[in-house]
Amino acid sequence: MSSTELMVPAEVFATYEPVIGLEVHVQLGTNTKIYCGCPTGFGAPPNTNVCPVCLGMPGALPVLNRSVVEYAVKAGLALNCTVRNESIFARKNYFYPDLPKGYQISQYDRPVAEHGFIDIFVNETHKRIGVTRAHLEDDAGKSIHDGYRDSDLYTYVDLNRTGTPLIEIVSEPDIRNSDEAYAYLTELKQLMQFIGVSECDMEKGQLRCDANVSVRKRGAEKFGTKAEVKNVNSFRFVKLALDYEIQRQIALIESGGKVVQETRLYSPDTGETYSMRSKEAAHDYRYFPEPDLLPLRISDKWLGEIRSTMPELPPAKRARFVEQYGIREYDAQVLTLTREMSEYFEKAAEVSGDARTAANWVMGDLAGALKAEGKEITESPVTAEKLGELVALIKKGEISGKLAKEIFPKMWSTGDGAAAIMDREGLRQISDTSALDAIVDEVLAKNPAQVEQYKGGKTTVIGFLVGQVMKASRGQANPQMVNELLKKKLD
Amino acid sequence: MDIAKLTIEGIRAGLKAKQFTAREVCEAALGFAGAENPKTNAYLLLSAERARAAADAVDAKLARGEDAGALAGVPVAVKDVIVTKGVRTTCGSRMLENFVPPYDATAVQRLEAAGGVIIGKANCDEFAMGSSNENSAYGPVRNPVDLERVPGGSSGGSAAVVAQGTAVVSLGSDTGGSIRQPASFCGVVGVTPTYGRVSRYGLVAFASSLDHIGPFGRNVKDAATLLEVIAGRDEMDATSAFAPVPRYGEAMTGDVRGMKIGLPKEYFAGLASETGDLIMRGVEALKKLGCEVREVSLPATEWAISCYYIICTAEASSNLARYDGVKYTMRSADAKTLADMYRNTRGDGFGAECKRRIMLGTYVLSHGYYDAYYLKAQRVRSLISQDFQKAFGEVDALITPVSPFPAFKLGEKLDDPLAMYLSDIYTITGDLAGIPCMSVPCGATAAGLPVGMQILTNHFQEGPMFRLAEAFERAGGVAGA
Ligand SMILES: [Zn+2]
Repeated sequence: MSSTELMVPAEVFATYEPVIGLEVHVQLGTNTKIYCGCPTGFGAPPNTNVCPVCLGMPGALPVLNRSVVEYAVKAGLALNCTVRNESIFARKNYFYPDLPKGYQISQYDRPVAEHGFIDIFVNETHKRIGVTRAHLEDDAGKSIHDGYRDSDLYTYVDLNRTGTPLIEIVSEPDIRNSDEAYAYLTELKQLMQFIGVSECDMEKGQLRCDANVSVRKRGAEKFGTKAEVKNVNSFRFVKLALDYEIQRQIALIESGGKVVQETRLYSPDTGETYSMRSKEAAHDYRYFPEPDLLPLRISDKWLGEIRSTMPELPPAKRARFVEQYGIREYDAQVLTLTREMSEYFEKAAEVSGDARTAANWVMGDLAGALKAEGKEITESPVTAEKLGELVALIKKGEISGKLAKEIFPKMWSTGDGAAAIMDREGLRQISDTSALDAIVDEVLAKNPAQVEQYKGGKTTVIGFLVGQVMKASRGQANPQMVNELLKKKLD
Repeated sequence: MDIAKLTIEGIRAGLKAKQFTAREVCEAALGFAGAENPKTNAYLLLSAERARAAADAVDAKLARGEDAGALAGVPVAVKDVIVTKGVRTTCGSRMLENFVPPYDATAVQRLEAAGGVIIGKANCDEFAMGSSNENSAYGPVRNPVDLERVPGGSSGGSAAVVAQGTAVVSLGSDTGGSIRQPASFCGVVGVTPTYGRVSRYGLVAFASSLDHIGPFGRNVKDAATLLEVIAGRDEMDATSAFAPVPRYGEAMTGDVRGMKIGLPKEYFAGLASETGDLIMRGVEALKKLGCEVREVSLPATEWAISCYYIICTAEASSNLARYDGVKYTMRSADAKTLADMYRNTRGDGFGAECKRRIMLGTYVLSHGYYDAYYLKAQRVRSLISQDFQKAFGEVDALITPVSPFPAFKLGEKLDDPLAMYLSDIYTITGDLAGIPCMSVPCGATAAGLPVGMQILTNHFQEGPMFRLAEAFERAGGVAGA
């Protein structure tokens, strides 16, 4: 059965309420690891970005990286959290071959940030999802099961990733369906990207998501038994996995069964979730305060310094765009999808002097061209300044919108500005009255019948005459001026 | 040159007078150690190559007229729980029988930078767990004072090599008395500095919040000099202290008149033994030197043993998780599954005491037991610290026995781990409070077995502690009573 097919009738489904909480791990993009000085790069040969500390060598000790703390605080602030003046590191103990110390150095009852929220906008409705906590921890390494000599006999371990800083963001069980989950993740990712703490590239494992899912009868106060769906590697799969898991649990309960607390994995191939061995889920992590690290103290002064480096965040930016530029909320949402796009738009708007037209160009021709070539906005051959200049030319009436649309692809392919292209190709709009005069006179002389019609009261015929002038000028005539000239000569 | 009697000062003078070279001292120490070791098993390995290179470097510096450092040419032994780059470090465990560390402990770096010559790695209880050195996978160490007896533990090898004179000073580690108790058993000076005074970077962790590196010497000055060299802030250890390191030599004036000494009554109750008598004679000697002696109380002492064995086993259970058969440890060959690999490797690699402590520690941290054990133990630990703070409001130093009894015979207490744990009663409180403490020789029993007197002072008060110990030593110890 595919996850898109409904396992339970819609009317039964409607009597249940899903309850979802998300745990998101975000790799912080610091240059060095959380507890040692090794680089955090992706793709280095196995076991080369390592040292005694991140290898968990006997006798080695962790030392907390200051910039990791700053990144975590930024993340906490972006999530509207309270940043604790004092937080405590704790060991999370478990055995795994790619966990060299036999424990992660995480945080437990006193995380760096807590009590925050993310606002989402789903189906034209605003909703606030609570963020319970955001805590720091070190990433584990990677177990590699194939691709090496004797891979059928051995698992290989690469510890380059070990010690990469992670922040785990735990939501309240406030999410009620997969659309909200999707929106929450999108918003979270956007926030992390905006503040520059992570690129959140899921393919590189920079953002990983686990979901706690349960269902209960609508109106019930008690939560149902939850299952944890782990390691889903795209937002779309999170949505599909949640849809499937909700259906599965309702169907199970409806058929007289019981949901068991367990860890489940999602298979993109079947669209289903399946149970991991329950033994794996029965971890007792035996948390206790990490004796090798002092409590993390963040003074008000330090917090203030970090706060002062925070950029304007998407929610505030969207509101300002609507207010300041008079664009629609939806457009504001699109233009704030990434920090780079919002900066591009604002630059183009400033240069052009016509924010709404600039917005349309950014979301229209520019976005189309970027998408066609798979480019990021930062890689656009047409800079924000140049797009702004193009829009300014339209606004000043020096070119028509139609002509601009012809110029833009040339800017895209050459990287040149609009003016340079117009000069080179002789595309400058004719706004010179004497030059236009001659063309207008010529058109009037060639079309006496239409002139008669106009004079006879059928003024709509002027559109035809404008067209003729435009044609004669090979599109370079300023249409507004042509219109005025024609009227002057005919009236 | 009598290698067995050399002191740091004696070596400095001899080198300066060109009576001998650092290389000659080094060869003498290596030769003597090689000859003595079959009797005591105090060294697990002699690092002759590294020692010769270090000694030659000292000689070359001296030949150029340069300052060769505070430990120039001094033969040093290093407990085998402290890592040495390129020199096998076993921690007294089968688990690490082939482990060659890729880096040096900070203390090792510092003592070599000061001209120290590391001649070998000293035997110890496995992962520093034990009070008799009988828990080494490489055989017990015998006490050079009486080869039928244990040298104490866990730094038994480090104490024995200094007592026998194959090293002038040595590094040990102390978590619950592992420096002071063997110092006491072997009749040498052993110092547990303030927690954070010496970097733990490169000390293989047993119980991180209690582990200390500290020096052994045949006299107070030598131990203090070694401490001065290795002490101080280290960026590689977040728990190392920023406090500046004083010149301890300047503190040792011999003048302790008016110094206030406290005798914690809980430590003397029921101590009707030769050990107790010797300590009281030591106290009399201190009075003669002008110290004022009074009784003080440390009421939380009665919970110290339980508190200590909960915290140290909890931390140990986590610290020893990394020995899992995946990396540098031995790996049992016959495992079919990952779980079997862990089980067999740890089953074969660890000795009985390690397993006992790992199980205890795992239990006290388990879900549902954490509050009842670990959290409560942390509260008791605070109470113990408060007791000391209160006492140090009244007195400058505390005097207690180090151990209820002198060195016992090999095998005598091996079957009674609880009795072994209880014998740590006088030493664990200092570790729990993180205060400096030391054992200074305080005479011998009728059978000729050494007894150590423990001196404890407040945090970072190693200076006054050394002054008291050195004045006592200078006055002839108990003979001065
Ligand atoms: Zn590293």
